[in-house]
Amino acid sequence: MSALEIKNLKKTYRNKLDALKGINLNVQQGDFFALLGPNGAGKSTTIGIICGLVNKTSGSIKVFGHDLDTATNAAKACIGIVPQEINFSQFETCLGIVLNQGGYYGIKRSIAMERAEKYLGKLGLWERRNEYSRNLSGGMKRRLMIARALIHEPKMLILDEPTAGVDVELRRSMWDFLIDINQQGITIVLTTHYLEEAESLCKNIAIIDKGDIIEDTSMKNLLSKLNKETFVFDLVDPIESLPELNGYQGRLKDPSTIEVEIERKNNINDLFNIFSKHGINVCSMRNKSNRLEELFLDLLNNNKTH
Amino acid sequence: MYTQSLFIPFSTIVIKEVSRFTRIWVQTILPPAISMTLYFVIFGSLIGPRIGTMNGFDYIDYIAPGIIMMSVINNAYANVVSSFFGAKFQRHIEEMLVAPIPVFVILAGYITGGIVRGFLVGTVVTIVALFFTDLHLYSFPITIAVVLMTSIVFSLGGLINAIFAKKFDDISIIPTFVLTPLIYLGGVFYSIDMLPEFWQKVSVFNPILYMVNAFRYGMLGESDISITHAFIMLIIFTITLLIVCLQLLNKGIGIKT
Ligand SMILES: Nc1ncnc2c1ncn2[C@@H]1O[C@H](COP(=O)(O)OP(=O)(O)O)[C@@H](O)[C@H]1O
Ligand SMILES: [Mg+2]
Repeated sequence: MSALEIKNLKKTYRNKLDALKGINLNVQQGDFFALLGPNGAGKSTTIGIICGLVNKTSGSIKVFGHDLDTATNAAKACIGIVPQEINFSQFETCLGIVLNQGGYYGIKRSIAMERAEKYLGKLGLWERRNEYSRNLSGGMKRRLMIARALIHEPKMLILDEPTAGVDVELRRSMWDFLIDINQQGITIVLTTHYLEEAESLCKNIAIIDKGDIIEDTSMKNLLSKLNKETFVFDLVDPIESLPELNGYQGRLKDPSTIEVEIERKNNINDLFNIFSKHGINVCSMRNKSNRLEELFLDLLNNNKTH
Repeated sequence: MYTQSLFIPFSTIVIKEVSRFTRIWVQTILPPAISMTLYFVIFGSLIGPRIGTMNGFDYIDYIAPGIIMMSVINNAYANVVSSFFGAKFQRHIEEMLVAPIPVFVILAGYITGGIVRGFLVGTVVTIVALFFTDLHLYSFPITIAVVLMTSIVFSLGGLINAIFAKKFDDISIIPTFVLTPLIYLGGVFYSIDMLPEFWQKVSVFNPILYMVNAFRYGMLGESDISITHAFIMLIIFTITLLIVCLQLLNKGIGIKT
């Protein structure tokens, strides 16, 4: 049974914008999963639908086997959510916010109190429990939302851009906290537009762009893909078959076009030597554009402006 | 099947609602106490004796039930509209929406908050009234039942207002332009028998007329409208608004995108 199974999920907002164009996702129990994508890709929309804040247009979602449409409350009980935007009352204390959330999940006050102490403590907020939430710094507000999301000890924690706008030091300690709770068996799904964040934390990753999942794989696999580049060589004279290229992965697309995958660390001169040895003359070369690459450039640009 | 205590989320909402309005009692409980005192001073003590009796009662005794009712209506409405809209505006309504709480429990929690404020302010105003006159009590069960149902009806009204409200203006428009005129025209200060026939007929469409008269019946044993008729109307309003609210919340109108 998957922790999260999303099938053909579509969302069209009232302004006719197709925010999600039929996405599929599968997150295994115990996974640390990243949903990576630039701003406006549809990450928050996806999260909003999973936790019942956004009405979907079509598709289905199962959380630990509970269908969100037919076993809504059972599904919801499995999820803890840390939203992208601050959404607690400014007129409540930290402790009050966490205890009330426990109440909404049907947790007895005495148990909620123990857990509040545990999680507010771990997140460095216990000393400030009686302060009004509006007096907390941005980073503390975000940690308060994490404590709030854990009060019912959910099987899966979903965080929507948890480290956006959080300083580097705090980001590290938040990562350590998340790694720790993941090791205790809680499935974690986080959205981010920092590749670095996904890379340091996640086992599996899906990349979303303009409402489509364009990659869904292990982190390892993705990184190795990103370290390869495909070059296209146009030949002066057509050839019939491609000779052995000394370990380079090549394909003859048509008699006068060769595509070769080259790892970033390799020296491209070697390849030309091999071509020369086989009497292959190249008249032009370019790199093949790759959607993943483009998306990453996009993400990098996004990072620069944040 | 997933089951959980519904009582814990319900009581969490109620405690939160009640502590919200008691914490800001200067804005919630004091103002009706002051303005109702003024009504009693001006209409009861100063002008009342010149009016004489109405339907056989001293004017101050005649208007006391209406004034108590007016504070119950205003406060039940105000509590739910401002609390629910505040929760929407600050987005902490999401804390409830993500949790496994059936919609009817959220609804019950907010209504109960409105009822508690309605009763509390109604009691405060009743105590104020006792400084000006000896109140009659014809039937305790009827007065309590009327206050209860009226609080429910106007809590639901406040909720509907909050659901559709998009900005703060929207939560003061209805109370100012609809609720206040209806209250004043609902027989708080006069008997509808005094109205020309045409306006008597129009008044029949004012829900507040039934509440004020039923409550006056509970206190004085006198009413412009038969008590059975008034209760039937109250039950119809309550059930209709309950259904509307449940539908709106179930569909997530105004709270989900
Ligand atoms: N309430 C809304 N109404 C209309 N369009 C929306 C709404 N929320 C988000 N969108 C649009 O849907 C797309 C996806 O948004 P979102 O899910 O917030 O992206 P992300 O979280 O990946 O940045 C964006 O184009 C955004 O403008
Ligand atoms: Mg987002």
